[in-house]
Amino acid sequence: MRLGKGGQIDRNQRIAFRFDGHRYEGFAGDTLASALLANGQRLLARSFKYHRPRGVLTAGSEEPNALVTIGQGAAQEPNVRATVQELHEGLEARSQNAWPSLELDLLAVNDLASPFLAAGFYYKTFMWPRAFWEKLYEPLIRRAAGLGALSGQNNADRYERVFAHCDLLVIGAGPAGLMAALTAARAGADVILCDEDTRTGGRLNAETHEVAGQPGADWAAAITAELSAMPNVRVLTRTTVTGAYDQGTYGALERLSPGVAARKGAPREAFWRIVARRAVLAAGALERPVAFRNNDRPGVMMAGALRAYVNRWAVSPGRAVTVFGNNDDAHRTAADLLAAGVHVAALIDSRPDAVTDLDIPFFKGAQVCDAHGRKGLEAISIATTSGIEKIRTDCLAMSGGWNPTVHLTCHMNGRPTWNAGLASFVPTPGAIPGMVAAGACNGTMSTHGCLAEGARVAAEVLGDLGMKAPDVALPQAEDAPYRITPLWTVPGKGRAWLDFQNDVTVKDVKQAAVENFRSVEHMKRYTTQGMATDQGKNSNVAALAVLADATGRGIPETGTTTFRPPYVPVSIAAMGAGAQGAGFAPQRFTTSHRASVAAGAPMIEAGLWYRPSYFPKDGETTWRQSCDREVVMVRNAVGVCDVSTLGKIDIKGPGAGALLDFVYTNMFSTLPEGRVRYGLMLREDGHVMDDGTTARLGPDHFVMTTTTAAAGQVMKHLEFAQQALRPDLDVSICSVTEQWAQFAVAGPKARDLLNGMLDSPIDDAAWPFMACGPVALQGVAGRLFRISFSGEHAYEVAVPARYGDSLFRLLVSRAEALGGGAYGLEALNVLRIEKGFITHAEIHGRTTAFDIGMQKMLSAKKDFIGKAAAARPGLVDPDREQLVGLKPVGVVKQLTAGAHLFDRDAPATRENDQGYVTSVGFSPTLESFLGLAFLKQGRTRHGEVIRMVDHLRGLETLCEVCDPVFFDPEGGRARG
Amino acid sequence: MADASLSLAALTPCAGLLPLTIGALSLSEVEPGHLTAIAPLRGKADALAAAFKAAHGLDWPAPNRATGGDDARAVWFGHAHVLLMGPAPDPALVAHASLTDVSDGWALVLLQGAGAADVLARISPIDLRPGVFQPGHTARTELLHMQAAITRLRDDAFLIMGFRSMARTMVHDLKIAMEGVEARRAD
Amino acid sequence: MRITCPICGERDRREFYYQGDAVALRRPEVDDTPEDWDAYLHLRDNPAGVTRDLWYHETGCGAWLVVTRNTVTHEVLGTVLARDAAGGAA
Repeated sequence: MRLGKGGQIDRNQRIAFRFDGHRYEGFAGDTLASALLANGQRLLARSFKYHRPRGVLTAGSEEPNALVTIGQGAAQEPNVRATVQELHEGLEARSQNAWPSLELDLLAVNDLASPFLAAGFYYKTFMWPRAFWEKLYEPLIRRAAGLGALSGQNNADRYERVFAHCDLLVIGAGPAGLMAALTAARAGADVILCDEDTRTGGRLNAETHEVAGQPGADWAAAITAELSAMPNVRVLTRTTVTGAYDQGTYGALERLSPGVAARKGAPREAFWRIVARRAVLAAGALERPVAFRNNDRPGVMMAGALRAYVNRWAVSPGRAVTVFGNNDDAHRTAADLLAAGVHVAALIDSRPDAVTDLDIPFFKGAQVCDAHGRKGLEAISIATTSGIEKIRTDCLAMSGGWNPTVHLTCHMNGRPTWNAGLASFVPTPGAIPGMVAAGACNGTMSTHGCLAEGARVAAEVLGDLGMKAPDVALPQAEDAPYRITPLWTVPGKGRAWLDFQNDVTVKDVKQAAVENFRSVEHMKRYTTQGMATDQGKNSNVAALAVLADATGRGIPETGTTTFRPPYVPVSIAAMGAGAQGAGFAPQRFTTSHRASVAAGAPMIEAGLWYRPSYFPKDGETTWRQSCDREVVMVRNAVGVCDVSTLGKIDIKGPGAGALLDFVYTNMFSTLPEGRVRYGLMLREDGHVMDDGTTARLGPDHFVMTTTTAAAGQVMKHLEFAQQALRPDLDVSICSVTEQWAQFAVAGPKARDLLNGMLDSPIDDAAWPFMACGPVALQGVAGRLFRISFSGEHAYEVAVPARYGDSLFRLLVSRAEALGGGAYGLEALNVLRIEKGFITHAEIHGRTTAFDIGMQKMLSAKKDFIGKAAAARPGLVDPDREQLVGLKPVGVVKQLTAGAHLFDRDAPATRENDQGYVTSVGFSPTLESFLGLAFLKQGRTRHGEVIRMVDHLRGLETLCEVCDPVFFDPEGGRARG
Repeated sequence: MADASLSLAALTPCAGLLPLTIGALSLSEVEPGHLTAIAPLRGKADALAAAFKAAHGLDWPAPNRATGGDDARAVWFGHAHVLLMGPAPDPALVAHASLTDVSDGWALVLLQGAGAADVLARISPIDLRPGVFQPGHTARTELLHMQAAITRLRDDAFLIMGFRSMARTMVHDLKIAMEGVEARRAD
Repeated sequence: MRITCPICGERDRREFYYQGDAVALRRPEVDDTPEDWDAYLHLRDNPAGVTRDLWYHETGCGAWLVVTRNTVTHEVLGTVLARDAAGGAA
């Protein structure tokens, strides 16, 4: 219920929202949890395994119970913690993991079956028969146990990634964080201050403490206003630092406020990558529950959370509240409740020596041993020195003490240190290089202590950074000691919950110890304690204590499990922000893209590039019709194809020839100017890396072409060869792939076409096969290469890319006038298969020069990359699979790439494998399917009939082995 | 001989994509004139710098720096090259350097307006703080998934270069980032 | 992870391409023994501690670097240009 006054809510701003279809109202400043509690809604969720009714346990991101689904359709987001969901107009929330409804959940039968569902149940039960696991058990279990579901639709929301750099990152804007940020900021350091709450202040927002004579929350707001106005400070609220990584890199998840996120173009969340020279961890502490029977009833919550609901949101989660604890916070809670006018039914302190001056029923040395009321707390039983007593109450606040939020300090494999006085783990100094802890997360529990420590560590950091710490006056604040006597579990029958989110009880942990899962890592995996989305924030230390007790060890000896990033759940969408849709990868378009699309060509991806598959003409209904026509067109007239995607690298300088000799197997320093040579490039391990042509345009100027696929790899390789292996060579390497639009003009009429366009015509004498040089087209300086990937009389003409679009249109229109036209990748592929030219289908990384029949290109006159390895016996073994051509000769006249080859009469099994097919195409020139393949001892088997079997497609045929050059083996057409 | 019915016409890399204005932020294409990648020959660095200064009036830029202005600019362009933007390179440079024409290889855009650095912070990992990356500083870095070169011209103006073939993606990525920054602004 | 490029300064790891052990700088002569070549090409230590490896500042300045780092603590202990380290490689 809402209290009549107080709180940091705006009572003038009412906000309507829905939960499970019911309409409710809250105020601006509410979370979904505070608004639901204000409306008397205690039951919010069903638990993961037993479908136990659950309510709100905490008031922060550590909430294990109150998980809901927000929104509808594609924007639906499951497993949102109601305790951090800002209330906004029109918010729609639904409960999860309950069927048919939250009130009546039929799967709650699991709770009755709980004696059978304890730790290890699944491991022990669903082992046999083996085949049932995948088909029966797992789907059943998955359906019964679980949290919210994704929509299954494409998420249209935007997510953003942001990089930020600073001198000091302050993690947490409570009293320690604010003082650290203020001290560093006034010294002029670049400061980023992050807090996961909607406002700064931390616990000051939840407590009644005064700082510098004003309410703590007001002090925090004033400091924050000063910080926000400074140009060297960035204050990020709603931002959780989720991970600490190498060299001062931190990840942080920002959830934009509902109002901003609703704007056009705004992201829903942003994932920050913050690089900080130093960091101050001021993440506070998390209160831990006490394990007693049925401590998971809706209405049982953390005492600190209750104070937050009362003081910050002016909500009392109950009308008759009881408080139970092992430390002074229980007393503070009771006092705050009284001050807010809430009835306190009892204060129970497990410490026998506890005292109070509050005028309420007080039980010292007593323990709550049971909670009653299935869907909401109705009463508790307490064990006192004089026996069991039952007290009517609808809300129990419990405090088992505080665990410093050490999580980030463990992200680089550090382990926290046990502090017996605090009965908790504290950060181990130096666990994250450059990060220091301050305040409650360092075990300093009073407000004064936090303020002082924040200022002190900031001054230390400033010293490290070579900056002078300013004098910052320390504000007055409470400095009460933290007094605690550990109490982890209350003995008794029944189930006492440790891990609320994964439904792990004290019994489960003890059972693990009995079954010899004594290591904390084993216990964790056996019971699933700490493996839910909250990573055991509320339960780890208590579970350790139970395990320590059950194994007769102390807590420090028992050790801890490892906290790993992220500190809070981070959606994949946020981690991959920017990579949705068109942001996934760059798209590369050639200059002919628009003309190709306008011509109806389907564009296919070739790496990042988009290339035309074929250019359909009227009446053509299949790609094969278009492809066949284009192949015939090139063989009989002339075709135009954009080859700009091939890598082009200018290699210049006195050492250019020597570098080429080093990276190619064959000689290039002897290449005359104005000539092109085919080159083969190996990796140092002797296998083929790439092939292509290189032209010599001047004494110290070569231009290398690479395959489209290997352009980046070759560039990297050349840089390595030059910088790391041959730094003696004076040579510069510059990619010009993007500079030139380059088009193949291929076919018997290629020269006719070009001579209709070049400013000076060419002839065979000046431009023989493999010639190259400068040309001009309408005054534009271009390059011409007489090279052929089709086997025809062909050229590649290059112009600066700005003219690519119009040159392509011009070439195609001229080609069409000559009975030709544009051709696409499909025809290009058929043309090269007819000629036995290889691509990366053949030089796929495991083939050698020997395999592809180019061993003669390995120069004996010089060293080159890959030379030594290529000569090893295993790489020139005659039994290796060698490149051959295949023609179908069986009943089936089709070949398929990827099919395997077998001797004609051998069974098609792995041990009989003779090779595989790499490329196939239908040749309209030879009216047959043609294939390129690798076959054991292939070069000696020309003429043999073998069997091709495609196990995947269920296809099989006989084929004849032949030379890979099917068409014009003498090469007369390219030279003619 | 040339076909008179069709003539070669030039298209800029961002033709049809820009300009773009989103709130206080704008993105426009820059046509820089000539772009020449200049690599000093071994032992000729000093002679080249002198010849460069004499020919173009520009200081040879140190690593990660740019010199000059809108008419003529020299931008450090990676471990081996400096990029001369604007004028055609003086032939005298050839004695000291390898020159490569890359005028058509790059798409150049100008991002300007309040919050321009925040836009870049969404797609580039470099430290853009005003005290660290100042006007006249340049960086070879990445823009989301692309290689890029970024030069700060003024506090709120950046010259951004990406591969010509990726111009559409570059504009797309910048536009998304601009919208994100602009959407937060009214806050 | 951050790597300090000797030319560009400290940059995010995403700008760099990882190649492998810096032993690649000590290329044997072409007629060295098969054992030398085998060691060069294939045999690698897997140290828990200091290691030297090659990185390429791929989306940065294009320089090849030798990075000395600790595989246990993840400290980056130093970076030099491969062209300066070549010949004098460990």
